[in-house]
Amino acid sequence: MTIKQFFTGLLFVGWVVSAQAAIYAFDFNDPKKEARFQQLSEELRCLVCQNQTLADSNAGLALDLRKELYRLVQEEASDEEIKNFMVSRYGDFVLYKPPVKATTYLLWFGPFILAIIGLFILLRMIRNVGKQTTQTMSAEDQQRVQQLLAEKKEN
Amino acid sequence: MANLTFRPFIPLIIFVVMAIFLYVGLSLNPREVPSPLINKASPAFTLPQLHAPGKTLSHTDFVGKVSLFNVWASWCAACRQEHGFLMQLSRQSIVPIYGLNYKDQRDDAKRWLIQYGGNPYVASAHDLNGRIGIDWGVYGVPETFVLDKKGTIRYKHIGPLDYQNWTETILPIVEQLQAEAS
Repeated sequence: MTIKQFFTGLLFVGWVVSAQAAIYAFDFNDPKKEARFQQLSEELRCLVCQNQTLADSNAGLALDLRKELYRLVQEEASDEEIKNFMVSRYGDFVLYKPPVKATTYLLWFGPFILAIIGLFILLRMIRNVGKQTTQTMSAEDQQRVQQLLAEKKEN
Repeated sequence: MANLTFRPFIPLIIFVVMAIFLYVGLSLNPREVPSPLINKASPAFTLPQLHAPGKTLSHTDFVGKVSLFNVWASWCAACRQEHGFLMQLSRQSIVPIYGLNYKDQRDDAKRWLIQYGGNPYVASAHDLNGRIGIDWGVYGVPETFVLDKKGTIRYKHIGPLDYQNWTETILPIVEQLQAEAS
């Protein structure tokens, strides 16, 4: 075995070990349950490290909540029940996709409102540009233009 | 056009609006997630007491008086910060302080109390695996719940207690709840 082969092998071992660490110790007898567990743990937020999902986080609380999630999935609780379990304890903030309700209207519809305002401003600007090109000349100016053109022709 | 007199101020207006949004947004603490448990009854639990494993502490012990329920652990650095203030508070006997010793070893917790100046708690519940902490929506230690005479959660403070947040926010709530009929 060359040194290169040895280090490649070592890298591979490291990769396998870290991949193992991520799925840590939850055994499912049913692949459907495992898929639900995976999906739900990616939709729920870890409250300690707020920009990570339960699936990604290594925080102690995330592990505890994964255990709860595992228990609920094994007990065949519905998605609705599982989300209610989390929301009743930690609030809507645990859901990566917040529900549409009075306090989240701005969050859901704000970007569209901003886009409409932007479009409105853009249309107005375009219209103003159009206006400037069709500006009318005073009679005095027109006369002067005629005069200059006539002069040019003569030369 | 009326627009022309208004137009030079547009950048200023945009700046002011953005400044207000940023000022408010940046001074909010993203760690302070509002608790859905406010105005709900204390989540039920019965746990062995830290100092007397034979005895239990449960949510029914909160009924009948206004109380504080403080979540703490020996591994929590910010708990050290508030411990002196909790000791002071317990000596004033304004309001009983109960503890939830969260995901901690019994011996470590008892030693920690001795090391940092005493036990401010009437009693602490020993939540070894953190299961009761989940029911209370605990996600960062220390946290302090203010409970009214019925045992309903009326306020939750996240982070260490200190003289300032006590006198400005929590004490007025406690006094108001104590004035309520039970």
